[in-house]
Amino acid sequence: MSFLPYAVAAWLFGVGLYGVVTSRNLIHLVVCLTVVQSSTYVLLLAIGYVGAGKAPIFADIPQGTTVVDPVVQALTLTDVVVEAAVVALLLALVMQAHKRFGTLDPDELGVMRA
Amino acid sequence: MSRRARLWMFAPALAGMVALLIWGLTGLPDFGHYRGPYGKVLAKVAVPERKATNVVASTTFDYRGFDTLGEEMILFSAALGLVVLLRELRGEEEEDEEADDDEEGIEGREERTSDALRIFGLGLVGPTVVLGIYIVSHGALTPGGGFQGGLVLVTALLVVYLAGRYAAMRRVSPIPMLEVGEAGGATAFALIGLGGLVIAGIYMKNFIDPGTPKTLLSGGVIPLLNISVGLEVAGAFALAFTEFLDQTLLLRGSGGDES
Amino acid sequence: MNHLAPLAVVVPLIAAGLLAGTASIASRLFADLVSVATAVATTVLCAILLARSGHHEVVYWFGGWHPRGEVALGIGFAIDPLGAGLATFVGAIMCAALLFSWRHLEAISHVYHALMLVFMAGMVGFCLTGDLFNLFVFFELLSVAAYALVGYRVDRRAPLEGSLNFAITNSLGGFIVLTGIALLYGRTGALNMAQIGETLAHQHTDGLMVVAFTLLVSGFFIKAAVVPFHFWLADAYSVAPTPVCAVLSAVMSELGLYAVVRIWWSCFHGALGGHEEALRMILVVAGVVTALVPAVLSFAQTHLKRMLAYATISYIGLFLIGVGLLSHDGLGGTAVYLVGDGFVKATLFICVGVIQHRKGHVDEYRLRGACRDLPYTGAVFVLAGLALASLPPFGTFLGKSLVEDAAVKQGFGWVIPVFVIASAVTGGAILRSAGRVFLGLGPPGESNPSFELDEQEDTETRGEASRSRTPGVLFVPAVLLLGAALAVGLVPGLPQAALRGAAVLQDRASYVAAVIHGAAGVVPHLPAPKSPNALDYLYGGLSTVAALVLAGFALFHEQWPGLLPSVVVSRAGAALWAVRRLNSGRVGDYVAWIAVGVTAFGAAFALTML
Repeated sequence: MSFLPYAVAAWLFGVGLYGVVTSRNLIHLVVCLTVVQSSTYVLLLAIGYVGAGKAPIFADIPQGTTVVDPVVQALTLTDVVVEAAVVALLLALVMQAHKRFGTLDPDELGVMRA
Repeated sequence: MSRRARLWMFAPALAGMVALLIWGLTGLPDFGHYRGPYGKVLAKVAVPERKATNVVASTTFDYRGFDTLGEEMILFSAALGLVVLLRELRGEEEEDEEADDDEEGIEGREERTSDALRIFGLGLVGPTVVLGIYIVSHGALTPGGGFQGGLVLVTALLVVYLAGRYAAMRRVSPIPMLEVGEAGGATAFALIGLGGLVIAGIYMKNFIDPGTPKTLLSGGVIPLLNISVGLEVAGAFALAFTEFLDQTLLLRGSGGDES
Repeated sequence: MNHLAPLAVVVPLIAAGLLAGTASIASRLFADLVSVATAVATTVLCAILLARSGHHEVVYWFGGWHPRGEVALGIGFAIDPLGAGLATFVGAIMCAALLFSWRHLEAISHVYHALMLVFMAGMVGFCLTGDLFNLFVFFELLSVAAYALVGYRVDRRAPLEGSLNFAITNSLGGFIVLTGIALLYGRTGALNMAQIGETLAHQHTDGLMVVAFTLLVSGFFIKAAVVPFHFWLADAYSVAPTPVCAVLSAVMSELGLYAVVRIWWSCFHGALGGHEEALRMILVVAGVVTALVPAVLSFAQTHLKRMLAYATISYIGLFLIGVGLLSHDGLGGTAVYLVGDGFVKATLFICVGVIQHRKGHVDEYRLRGACRDLPYTGAVFVLAGLALASLPPFGTFLGKSLVEDAAVKQGFGWVIPVFVIASAVTGGAILRSAGRVFLGLGPPGESNPSFELDEQEDTETRGEASRSRTPGVLFVPAVLLLGAALAVGLVPGLPQAALRGAAVLQDRASYVAAVIHGAAGVVPHLPAPKSPNALDYLYGGLSTVAALVLAGFALFHEQWPGLLPSVVVSRAGAALWAVRRLNSGRVGDYVAWIAVGVTAFGAAFALTML
């Protein structure tokens, strides 16, 4: 049972990657990319978890209580916002693709061959 | 490559990748038994040294503040990238005046929202803004901070859009203001770090008295950084939302395909 | 502590914020001046850091958080000569690119300039940092700026497709790197590279280490476009604005290799160092494939930018061979080679930019004979092509000879023909196109396949009036860059310094001592490398002559039908076409290849390193 969070991360990674490769819709493809993203967040947070630890905010708990690892929380926190911005950028490209190519199918996009 | 060929090539590769990943993951310490020194040391020393009770905020803005500067700049570039990518769609030869005409056309085309929605929205905007400001300013004390609070502030803008439609939203947040706010937030973060260099001798070093824990002004320079991050995040996402909305409404208005 | 270190990254960031914030009130001239001035200032800062790091490693802890015991609390820059040298090189190329954009590029407000400055800041930070997550942050920063810059003209289909493929594959690369970092953090509890290396060195090698190494290497190889992760590069570099292409080709791809080198020597060398033989073979083989196949594909292209894109991939393969030798002379030689070749590539792209500025497009067949009125550009282009074919005494020739010597020392003398072939074929492609475009040689024909790539060329340049003569500020960077490539080959003491820098980078013990304990490192004294001997000149001359022969053959082969049996020609043509079609422009294919590559590298590492 203690391997489950890591297995979930691996599963998300695999499913997201499968979605990216087999996608027929660019928006679906970008969202599958976010699924791969979330696998990394799950992995980071699962790594930092300390059994029976509280949140690392000492406003109302005494100094010295067991807390979960604050470093991974900090990493994930800033990462989430940043990757959301990158996804916005990707979706803007998708929007352009819809206008220029008239389709959202990634396989129809092969203008540059060879 | 045909889709079939691609799938035949990809399926074993995917299985291989996931197998590799799981093999690597089995080498990790058991879930819940993490023993790394970095987090433990920070949890122990952050409050006595930084006087900020939120250790995650201390880590993000002080110990690893330079990473956050990088993240800020990523947000900033993404917002700039959106400006480049989406403004183009408006039409290659269009002048600014025509764009303004288009906006008014959009406003005329939108139906008026129901009164219940308008009143509810109006009532919601104020508390949302207050909540956002509260979360930004208390980042050093409680869960929260610039990133989270900035997004709550953007939500206030979305409420304005839902209640009053496009016209009201544009009036409240014109694009130049958003751009300046967003660039200002990013630059402010870098400049505060520079203040650390100039005043305290090292880039990003805390140069304000940390104060006592659990008070609003604790954490030294952390509240200032939180405010600049809040400004940046709110500006960037509001800009993103506004740009996307412009395109969608323009596409609909010009009789384009369903987006 | 040396306070210039943070300024090298912060100054361009603040300038970018300033430019973006004043976009509505400041003029284009202001933006050009500020951006060029900032690039020059950053280059100077990095050069000073380079000089200082020659004596001892420059370590800078942000926020004043020095390590406690063995635990690094904050983020540190750990600057050694190779890192600082690469950062200076980044600055120099960026100066040239911004100078070129002054008159060439039609900019949308000041977004372009701000993005270029952020791009530069990201690359400089990437070279200087000593913290693994900070490396990832700067990796993302330069990537996001690059996505926006490559997609600058998405009002045409080809740039849109190139930008999408670029963004999706490189984002995936970032996630793969992050997964590797997470695994390392889970094992070592550290994010500082020196600390990670020290912790891993005392541990038993197991699956997690191998998988983390695989993921990190794969993610960075996607950025570096090593086969089979390379497909996105041809699409993206064909369609990006030309000054951006110059920067991407000269520096950004090479940064992926730098990251792999840094990570191996700082983090993994202690733990996996016993398996160097196996790693050497894997990296060299990957390098050989990456060098040869794209070289041939480059020769088959008729779109000038796409040809240069494939040439870029081929050179990445050669650099990978150099660093894959895992010796200090291999690494030092590659550093010299990289800088020389970077200058040459930038020159080539700027010449293509001049052609684009004057003629509106860059298709080789359509341009046949049309550039007879650009004699100076033609001369620079031909010289750069010869430099690409390792003509002595250019920097490329010097670097190549250093790497070849290193290869022989490690028992890998069989890679020397690879170097000769790759430089001959890529140089030959340039010379052939020069002959056709500037002199009108060779038969007329149609580009195959006919892309819609031509449409977008017109919209990038500014002004109609400048079509009759080339403005000086467009041409001067090309000459300066070519001169720099020559200088790299002639400056005395450069190989010595590069080799010494490589030895410093590879010395993990002194790295840890400098970073964690603040001890001043000992700079090793090495014997001076031999100057290129007769054999090296032979190889250099061989590849140059071969390039000329190939170019001549391509231009004049119709006059000698029957030179090769037609069966051979048609079979070769079919095989070439099949390989070319793999680059289908479809991102699903590219990502599938990425999965194949990761699994292949993972299996190779697992089988040889456990």
